[in-house]
Amino acid sequence: MNQIDLANSVGIVTPQSFTFAEDEPFQLESGATLSPVTIAYETYGRLNADRSNAILIVHALSGSAHAAGYHSPDDPKPGWWDDCIGPGKAFDTNRFFVICSNVIGSCYGSTGPASINPATGKPYGLNFPVVTIGDMVRAQVRLIDHLGIDQLLCVAGGSMGGMQVLEWAAHHPTRLKAAIALATTAHHSPMQIAFSEVGRQAIYADPNWNNGNYYESGKKPDAGLAVARMVGHITYLSEESMQKKFGRRLQGLERYGYEFQTEFEVESYLKYNGNNFTRRFDANSYLYITKAMDYFDLSKPTGSLAASFANSAHLKYLVISFTSDWLYPSYHSKQLVSALTAVGADVTYVDLQSSWGHDAFLLEVETMTRLIHSFLDRLVREEQVAPPDEGSAVAAAPAAPSGQPAVGVTR
Amino acid sequence: MSQLTVSEPIEAETRLRPDLEVIASLVPPRSRVLDLGCGDGELLAYLVRQKEVRGRGIELSEEGVLACVRRGLSVRQGNLQEGLADYPDASFDYVILSQTLPFLDNPSMILQEMLRVGSHAIVSFPNWGYWRCRLHLLLTGCMPQAPDLPQKWYEVPRWQAFTITDFARFCRQIGIRITTQAYLARGRRIHVRKYKNLLATTAVFILERTHD
Repeated sequence: MNQIDLANSVGIVTPQSFTFAEDEPFQLESGATLSPVTIAYETYGRLNADRSNAILIVHALSGSAHAAGYHSPDDPKPGWWDDCIGPGKAFDTNRFFVICSNVIGSCYGSTGPASINPATGKPYGLNFPVVTIGDMVRAQVRLIDHLGIDQLLCVAGGSMGGMQVLEWAAHHPTRLKAAIALATTAHHSPMQIAFSEVGRQAIYADPNWNNGNYYESGKKPDAGLAVARMVGHITYLSEESMQKKFGRRLQGLERYGYEFQTEFEVESYLKYNGNNFTRRFDANSYLYITKAMDYFDLSKPTGSLAASFANSAHLKYLVISFTSDWLYPSYHSKQLVSALTAVGADVTYVDLQSSWGHDAFLLEVETMTRLIHSFLDRLVREEQVAPPDEGSAVAAAPAAPSGQPAVGVTR
Repeated sequence: MSQLTVSEPIEAETRLRPDLEVIASLVPPRSRVLDLGCGDGELLAYLVRQKEVRGRGIELSEEGVLACVRRGLSVRQGNLQEGLADYPDASFDYVILSQTLPFLDNPSMILQEMLRVGSHAIVSFPNWGYWRCRLHLLLTGCMPQAPDLPQKWYEVPRWQAFTITDFARFCRQIGIRITTQAYLARGRRIHVRKYKNLLATTAVFILERTHD
């Protein structure tokens, strides 16, 4: 077990959740409705007096609301973006009230295919309606309303998180001041859809999947989900990072065995990660979330990316791509930056040299810390964001409705 | 104890590079400025802090972009040849190109683009017509070092050696008017009307599109 480094961490955090649409169903982009809807979230740091220092962090495909800190003193691992969120880090919790929200469709505490369908008393399975990135973001807007925050200082995220950031900027421009989009795209390309589909086909092909009805059988489509994850994982790496990490080395062997065992280190690594993933993720959630990403196309319905940002030109943007990312290559970010420039938005863009592939947005911590820190410095200065009050552990009570949990408690 | 690190505005450079100082003196307060090839953002930071301009930059190198972001500037990593196409017409008052023109493939295109995107362009460039350059070539048979530029000819992808007279003629040809001119000689502003092509090491021009 790791010794928790409390000085550099937000410490022990308590997962929270918010449920809405109990009376009036939540309308989805597909036309279907969902009721009720629960969103899992965590918060770090404190809200300031005028509620102007809130930053929303949004996660990627298999992420959760647990972005920073630890759930218990003997937690072996911190949240998924602990490197970037905490005291003195890129998202400095001494200055900002950081919220991380899980997406609907996920299996990490938000309403998704594994949740109980109130109509049947059984898990939704494939009766769960198809959700989109737009739906995920509209649910987050409800969460922000619930927290009594009119305007976020910033929304930040990478990969699918970046898609949510762009969705926030394009469709809820009055609710935020700045957007940080890392290693992302304004639309899923045919190649990205193709990779998603291979993953989904692997799940469909697993006999345990049983058209999504496996929750009560005790047999999960683990083999299919593991293959889906292995395919996904390859797209997160780069040729260079795989060469460095594995080369053609054999795992526990002196020479080739000329048989179909796991021989190469890279095979063993993928298999390990694929299997590990089945312990923490739900196959149906994988189907729903990859589908949401495939549907994502910010230029619809106007047909032009610039037109979709027409009402968002007043926002400040930080867009970062990574040179070795072949899942969301730099030119996707450049198209985005071109569209933002065309509408006159204030956009800072860097194509960072990195050999880590798509995963760079989680690994290039030092450069990203400097960049994000400077960008947020500028926001604080230009938007005159006050620091949170010294000493108050809990911010003022949220706006109506009453009876909500206190905001801003990190321990 | 408070650990707050609320940022202080970054101090602008107290002493700018001489040609940048001249450029800065030509930019009216609170104008909209696009700095092309803005490097580490020295000029842009000065203009933003001292003259409250709305400043944007384009820079090719990652190192330069990171330095600009550190100074709190809005900057895009990109190539000038591709970069300007995204900007709407007349979205800036001043578009600046300092000491970069000799390195660009298509000077005519970039100048036209600068005057499409901005109502004025400010261009500074080294003057190979400077008397020492002329003498150097005459006496040694070797190309002179570009005045006020540190690089040697083989350290940069390419450069076009031209003089103040060449540039003025070129502007007339492509329908660009020089409205303001300033000259430097070895790091100091000089006030000359005649013989500037012989005496200046660097020229700074404000350009406008001719309306005819």
